[in-house]
Amino acid sequence: MNEITCECGHVNPEGTVLCESCGKPVEGNQHIDGNDQKELLNMRYDGSARRSQTYNRTWVDKIWNFFSSVKVGVWLIFITVIASAVGTIFPQEVFIPGNADPATHYRDQYGIAGQIYYQLGFHDLFSSWWYMLLIAMIGISIVIASIDRFFPLYKTLKNQKPKRHELFMKKQRVFGTTETQNVDVERFKANLKKRRFRVYEQDGHLLAEKNRFARWGPYVNHIGLIIFLLGALLRFVPAFYVDEFIWVREGETILISGTDGQYYIENKAFTLETYDKDNPDDARFKEAIENQNGAIPKTFRTDAVIYERTNSDVTGAEAELEQVKEGASTMNNPLKFGDYALYQASYQLNEFKEMSFKIHDKDDESTNYGEFTVDLTNPQSTYELDEGYRVEIANYFPDYELEDGEPVSVSKYPRNPAFVFQLFPPGESEPETSFLGIGANVDAGGENEYKLGLTEFDVRDVTGLTVKKDETLWLIAFGGAVFMIGVAQGMYWNHRRIWLQPRSDGVWIAGHTNKNWYALRMEIDKAIEGTGIEAPVDQHEMKS
Amino acid sequence: MKEKTIRKKKKRLIFRAAMLTVMIGLVVFALVANGKDDQVAVAKGEEAPDFQLKKFGTEETVRLSDLKGQGVMLNFWATYCGPCKDEMPYMEELYDEYKEKGVEILAVNLDSTELVVENFVNEYNLSFPILQDKKGQVMDLYNIGPIPSTLFINPEGDIEEQVIGPLTLEKLEGYLQEISPEE
Repeated sequence: MNEITCECGHVNPEGTVLCESCGKPVEGNQHIDGNDQKELLNMRYDGSARRSQTYNRTWVDKIWNFFSSVKVGVWLIFITVIASAVGTIFPQEVFIPGNADPATHYRDQYGIAGQIYYQLGFHDLFSSWWYMLLIAMIGISIVIASIDRFFPLYKTLKNQKPKRHELFMKKQRVFGTTETQNVDVERFKANLKKRRFRVYEQDGHLLAEKNRFARWGPYVNHIGLIIFLLGALLRFVPAFYVDEFIWVREGETILISGTDGQYYIENKAFTLETYDKDNPDDARFKEAIENQNGAIPKTFRTDAVIYERTNSDVTGAEAELEQVKEGASTMNNPLKFGDYALYQASYQLNEFKEMSFKIHDKDDESTNYGEFTVDLTNPQSTYELDEGYRVEIANYFPDYELEDGEPVSVSKYPRNPAFVFQLFPPGESEPETSFLGIGANVDAGGENEYKLGLTEFDVRDVTGLTVKKDETLWLIAFGGAVFMIGVAQGMYWNHRRIWLQPRSDGVWIAGHTNKNWYALRMEIDKAIEGTGIEAPVDQHEMKS
Repeated sequence: MKEKTIRKKKKRLIFRAAMLTVMIGLVVFALVANGKDDQVAVAKGEEAPDFQLKKFGTEETVRLSDLKGQGVMLNFWATYCGPCKDEMPYMEELYDEYKEKGVEILAVNLDSTELVVENFVNEYNLSFPILQDKKGQVMDLYNIGPIPSTLFINPEGDIEEQVIGPLTLEKLEGYLQEISPEE
């Protein structure tokens, strides 16, 4: 590793392209920025020594230098964009029907392409390991590339001196010579100061500079991006982020998922209100309501009570609950408690809750030998009726379906209840067996004298709630704000420098900006007014 | 080489290595956490979280931590789940033999209607303890997704094996052997 001592006396780190102090092109390093064949200097990072271009000794350096490359970063972004685009060809997993198994759904629907799509993880793109790895690599690339560029650039701009090397001046894009002894330098300085330049002087050499901070915009922007990514990363920590879904039946008290067994909810009532054209409040929508077939939902609301568990006993032991909140959750107005919020997200109407039956003669429905009511969430095995009849439930199917000729229940919820009843008339020990379901009443033996008939039923609703806790939002918002500050910083301000060098036969003037060259020339034109300095030309424009 | 530059070089290497370590650590964390999201039940090798549930049809409770020193097969099932029904007879068949060897079978039921469970237990003549998790607390604790899900817990109280989906008789016997306490 060799430091480079410039003829101006400044000691530059290895890999420097332009002397930090006087800007003289360092011999043997011009290929780094591709300056050798060009008439103009490549001014990126002010010719500072980017470390990635110089040290490549251990494997740590090799990894570092890989990520430091902007070319690599652009490729990573490009690949990610392509992957994201491919991810939209078929629907993502969350959008396929809920009962479909993704393992077979994609093949069945989209053939071999769907199968490949599924197996490569495109069906759940944002959670696929390789997509996350791409994002992570972009993140690493941003950090390393920024570190490798910010510090050298900062140092170079800090070390720069007004006295510049001839070659540096001549090879600036905006450059001009003036051959006269009558240059009003004081007026030039005053003009520059009026235009809010900072003017530095060294042996008659001038450097006027403004808005250097605009050069830090990209780095501020990257810091914001990294904060944003860290915020997204925190979402994997349950202490910071919970996103669960629960079904709660009216009258039921259950544990709220994602709260570590701490909170319970009791669903007091779920209400689905619809617009009613006869309601004076909705009268103004009368026409619209009439034009629409069917009901238009107005409100979805869950009235609930939240309980907190007070005993810290082992899970599953009887929980002692203390009411912490009573309230309602409607669409977009969550019920909040602790760090959590419950959002109204879904519902099911009219699940059976109770069914009442009566015993009557097989052929005469008007007879009545007794009635009983079955609580579908907790049916008894035997119902003794006052009249001496006894009914036993031999089998109960809460969610009845016929599977291979056998009655089965496909869930624990009484959505389609069916029973096998055994009816014992007074004094009889041989029961009459019958099968009862919605729209079914089958006499098993075919010789029954009595029949059971459904007289009444009671239903209840089920509410679907999203359980949310998000402590990462402030960090993500902060990252976003920093990002925007960085964008504005680099976007709306330009770093401008103007050099003036005294020559034996007059002066040389050169200018540099990181963007908006036209404005720089306008600024120079204004600054040289009445000073005798001739306007410089844009050597880049002259060539083309 | 000058001493100063060597020192500088060393410092730079340490800085780069530290930055890379931190960032790679974060990436590994994200990938592992993301993988865990999809994964159901407590992972292999982890300690089985303690719980206590009522034995079906009795007032008696069973607490997992009381069974330390024994192997425990923890099966999550429901009457409305077809594959669960298929494996119940296997469990019944092996229960007595392994009970003697110090393995307990706990079948955590996720139904909500006692009558349904009672009918099922009678129909299949099940003699191992059925535990009721009506509020779904233990299911939540173990992060159970599809059923049947079965966890085999060794005498030390750690998850030895995790099976999501139905078991065959041979597999079941193999796993039960794995968690049998040493004689």
